[in-house]
Amino acid sequence: MNRVVLTGLGVCAPNGTSIPEFTDALKNGKSGLAHYPELADLNFSCQIGGIPNVSEEKKREYFTELQLRNFDSTGILYGVIAGMDALKDAQIIVGGEDPLYNLGIIMGAGTTSVAKFRESIYKIDEGKVRRLGSTSVPQTMASGVSAYLGGMTGAANMVTTNSSACATGTEAVLLGYERIQSGKATQMLCGSTSDGGPYIWGGFDAMKVTSYKHNQEPEKAAGPLSDLASGFIPGSGAGAVVLESLDSALARGAKIYAEVLGGAINSGGHRNGGSMTAPNSDAVQRCILTALDDAQIGGDEIEYINGHLTATIKDPVEIENWCTALQRKGSDFPYINSLKGMTGHCLAASGSVEIVSTILQLDGNFVFPNVNCDIIHPEVVALISEEKIPRSIIETSLKTVAKASFGFGDVNACVIFRKY
Amino acid sequence: MTTEEIYAQLKPIVTTYLPEDVSESDITLDSDLTRELNINSAHLVDVVLDVEDAFDIEFDNADMERLRTLNDAVAIIQKKIA
Repeated sequence: MNRVVLTGLGVCAPNGTSIPEFTDALKNGKSGLAHYPELADLNFSCQIGGIPNVSEEKKREYFTELQLRNFDSTGILYGVIAGMDALKDAQIIVGGEDPLYNLGIIMGAGTTSVAKFRESIYKIDEGKVRRLGSTSVPQTMASGVSAYLGGMTGAANMVTTNSSACATGTEAVLLGYERIQSGKATQMLCGSTSDGGPYIWGGFDAMKVTSYKHNQEPEKAAGPLSDLASGFIPGSGAGAVVLESLDSALARGAKIYAEVLGGAINSGGHRNGGSMTAPNSDAVQRCILTALDDAQIGGDEIEYINGHLTATIKDPVEIENWCTALQRKGSDFPYINSLKGMTGHCLAASGSVEIVSTILQLDGNFVFPNVNCDIIHPEVVALISEEKIPRSIIETSLKTVAKASFGFGDVNACVIFRKY
Repeated sequence: MTTEEIYAQLKPIVTTYLPEDVSESDITLDSDLTRELNINSAHLVDVVLDVEDAFDIEFDNADMERLRTLNDAVAIIQKKIA
């Protein structure tokens, strides 16, 4: 089986739309959350969120004028920026005359291009179906983001979109890893994207899983693991990585950020405490343990965890699951943080954006601050030492790290990276 | 409206949909939109929607079938606005 390494990074996040900007934001704990008056006008409980700031000028660095005609999909916009940047970072030349049969794409999405879908539905209801033109289908099909990237690059191995709610991005990376491992592709662009705004976030607002308590102070919204955490702040964006066989990376002298050591994907089956919206803790622990097995390492080798940790009352349960799976607690627990305090919960994009943040820490030997968490939740403090949750940046050498994502539908994904 | 007047409005609409390797100067009244100007056939419906907006007319399915060249478009438009 091929060893698989990570050779490129791209991101379009609420707190940074390029790798340098995002890295700087991570190190400084910079928030990308803002108040959106539109949400207040629409009677949302949570009127704040995370939306990447993409200028018209930046759009034109990635799309032609013709592509932007009747284009109304932030998910595809973010996904293309992250995806193309990752390939550029990996110094893979794309967009030539010939199909690239060894390059594949797995860019996941949740609910996709909802603004375009809304526009299309209104036209259909007005009896003007013919006014949809040719732009409705490519943007509203679930695989739209991968199809756009496919056309821009010429990728001609598997080009697809996966979807597993908030586990989507981490799952995409693991699916790409398996494809290269088994020799079916040499290079895979993997990641995920999510639109933002009222039509994506509304359902979560109605479920009361977002926070209504920080509308006046978005940049200070209680972060993950905080004793004040009362619900997540919705986000949006995209993250992407280039995975590649070790042989291919070495042959072309690519920068190797990390090796994908292993991983696991499972579901709790909506049983034993699991449901549409809550994870079965036994399945979460099993997913982590299976990932360690796949990576052929022990729990004691994990030095840092990039948590799913969304800033809800369920954060302590996730910590408990890590403690049980790794058989570590107190001061023996690895460093852990969550990006969601800075970006909000980027939903289908969360896993990939957070994997990019994980790799930047591994490569840069730092652990970013877990922001807006002045007082750690007492149930968390009962499990792990406070200093394991950095509130300001920690410079430390990292070798082996874990990232997990858990999603609605009781689905889990965990990936282990090691410095090469 | 004369053929020239219609063509003057039609040309910038068609130009929008040209692929990168075809330039505005390649457009003539006889140009076949998809075969010669290499406009993606999926975009033909978008060309028609833009033409409809510009001339305040509507193409029916038979008009769409007839449409091959800019000359065809001019003829359809002249008939509709007459």
